Amino acid sequence: MMNAVETRTEDPDIPDVLGAEVDSWWKIRLALTRRSFRENWKIFRRNKVGLLGLVIIAFWAIMAAMPTVFFATGFWNPATYDPVTGLELDPPTRTMVMVERITDPNTEIDRRAALLDGRIPDTLQIGDTFDLPLQPAPPDARHWLGTDPLGRDIMSQLMHGARASFFLGILAAVVTVVIGTTIGSMAAYFGGIVDASLMRLADLLIMIPGVALLIVIGGLFTFQLWHLAVVIGILSGFGGTAIVLKSQALAVKVKPFIDAARVAGGSASHIIFYHLIPNVMPLSVLYMMFTVTGAIQSEAVLSFLGILNTDTSWGLMMNLARTQGYLLQVTDYWWLTVPAGLSVTLLSAAFFLVGRGMDEIVNPRLRRR
Amino acid sequence: MLRYVIRRLIQMVFLFLAFLTVTWFLLYILPGDAVALKYAGNPNIPPEAREVALQRLGLDKPVLIQFRDYMVNFFQGDLGVSFNQYPRPVTEIIGERLPRTLVLFLAALVTYYWAGFLAGKYLAWRRGSRGEMLITVSGVGLYSLFLPFFALMMIWLFSVQLDLLPISKFLDPEKWRDAPFMANEVFMRLFWVTLTAAIAMFAASFAALRTNNRRLERTLRWGGIALAALWFLFYWFGTPSGQDMRVYAGDIGYHMVLPVLVLTLINFGGVMLLTRSSMLETLREDYILTARAKGLPEGVVRDRHAARTALLPVVTSLVLAVATVIDGGVITEAVFSWPGMGEILISSVISEDIPLAVGAFSFIGIMALIGHFVVDVLYGVLDPRIRVTEHG
Repeated sequence: MMNAVETRTEDPDIPDVLGAEVDSWWKIRLALTRRSFRENWKIFRRNKVGLLGLVIIAFWAIMAAMPTVFFATGFWNPATYDPVTGLELDPPTRTMVMVERITDPNTEIDRRAALLDGRIPDTLQIGDTFDLPLQPAPPDARHWLGTDPLGRDIMSQLMHGARASFFLGILAAVVTVVIGTTIGSMAAYFGGIVDASLMRLADLLIMIPGVALLIVIGGLFTFQLWHLAVVIGILSGFGGTAIVLKSQALAVKVKPFIDAARVAGGSASHIIFYHLIPNVMPLSVLYMMFTVTGAIQSEAVLSFLGILNTDTSWGLMMNLARTQGYLLQVTDYWWLTVPAGLSVTLLSAAFFLVGRGMDEIVNPRLRRR
Repeated sequence: MLRYVIRRLIQMVFLFLAFLTVTWFLLYILPGDAVALKYAGNPNIPPEAREVALQRLGLDKPVLIQFRDYMVNFFQGDLGVSFNQYPRPVTEIIGERLPRTLVLFLAALVTYYWAGFLAGKYLAWRRGSRGEMLITVSGVGLYSLFLPFFALMMIWLFSVQLDLLPISKFLDPEKWRDAPFMANEVFMRLFWVTLTAAIAMFAASFAALRTNNRRLERTLRWGGIALAALWFLFYWFGTPSGQDMRVYAGDIGYHMVLPVLVLTLINFGGVMLLTRSSMLETLREDYILTARAKGLPEGVVRDRHAARTALLPVVTSLVLAVATVIDGGVITEAVFSWPGMGEILISSVISEDIPLAVGAFSFIGIMALIGHFVVDVLYGVLDPRIRVTEHG
């Protein structure tokens, strides 16, 4: 908006007729966008893989919106269902019989008696029955996916985890696109020393193993979700995305309309932001999708390793199962690991699938004969 | 060719210097007086003690002097002393861990590239079959599987349910209780034997790629595999030192199976999909039509005309994938407690052992750089256009 005003004041020679058109430039752009969207949707729809990805993303978007609905309608009570502070006070129980303690440490009964230490009243006699609260509890009507070792609802954590993933993925993707298109277009437009220095930096960033770097930064300094999103965005925006977008911008730069804009007196920033960037945007959207996949996975890995400072995330759910020793008891406590692990896989795969579907729009060569 | 390699080498040296600089300044500009506080282990230390700690760590000097000291020390091989394993220098720990990572990494890399290329080649050849979408989706699924979760499921299946393979770690301490060798000694022997066998095999299959005689090609390819297998068997069964170490080396190898399998499966999907699309593009070229029109057998058109050209983008992707593959290795090591560079990076970061963390990260960076260099050279060898035009 600012730029549009600037260009008009810079060039007082532009006749009024053109000025009136510049006024409604956004209308033209909107109409163009709508038309190209419709055409692209037609191509995208043919590709079943991309559609599948969209369906999965829609599913998770609904999941992420659910807790708000549930809390607002009172279907879920925050005291029980809050993903961080919630606690099931009335967990399902298993009725057990007190038996004599057997001193052989290898027998099953003694192991169980040891586990019960401190959790049952001392007044119990041998032969008495008592109810043992089960935490983590298996799925039932109230907790659709059971509870974790701290008595919190898994389903609620899963839904909030989806929220965190969307937030992280979208923020990282936006940062990537902003940086990637700007750097790529600048390198292509100015060429020379600007191009060389920016591209050497990009070369370096491509080579740095991202997860290793994130582990170092995240481990030595307090690292929050949005920090992570910004760092991932910078790494991918300045690295691979910038290189690909630069080559695209180079192809756009030699088109006649760029020369026309320059002859008409357009400044460098005007040409970059109004002519180069809109034309490399479609390709950058593709890389946006791949960034989301990477971001979701990196976040899950870092939380799984216990390096990220965050409240709810799918990785953190698995980290809890790991630190509490339930990680390998998949048959008995599947709800602690499998839902979270599958969610990470599904959502990151969905964004990747959408990216592949878009690939056919952006690279016409890939379309079916 | 030599000029190309030298140019690349010089670029790599500069990139490495830039990498070290960026790493150092990154750690320097991040907030907090973390080093001094962690070193003293007490936030309420008196100011004099703090001063002394800062002085002893050289943190009171100007930034550029600190940076110069760091660079000079790095190239003298002095990376400081680990805080946790106290008197051990960082270089010694890294020297012990690096080969372990390399072995895991190379074994997985070779397996999955080979398998992914083969699978992609056949998939593209049979385009339009009913299972195509299924295969694409499962390929993407493999590619975007959450690695720790997948590793966990594999451990659960193979180690807990089937009880076939060890859960984690590098060796079984019970077997090694009265072993006459150090674990590292055995491991290095295993490393060299495997490396020589792999080089022989690689050289043979590379020669096979260069010949134009189909029979010679086949002889070279299978001959290389047979030669490598023979040398492997001869060493462990034929030589006296090999016979003694065989049991222990076997134990290490046994612990390696599952991590390599996990890394292979995770990375296989990406290579397969890429080979497939690159093959599909190649198959539309005119020279493929010509080859078919000449009446060449299908296998020849596929392997010698299409697959060779289709290999190029796959190798290019390796340039971009080196960092990703190393990342995968780091995560796999963490899940399997495999005592390599990734595991040391994570454990040192978590326990705030800063010299070790920085050292490990620098060496992971060196690994990535060398990986890039090797792939670049390989690319130059495979694609003559690169050598001739000598692009930037």
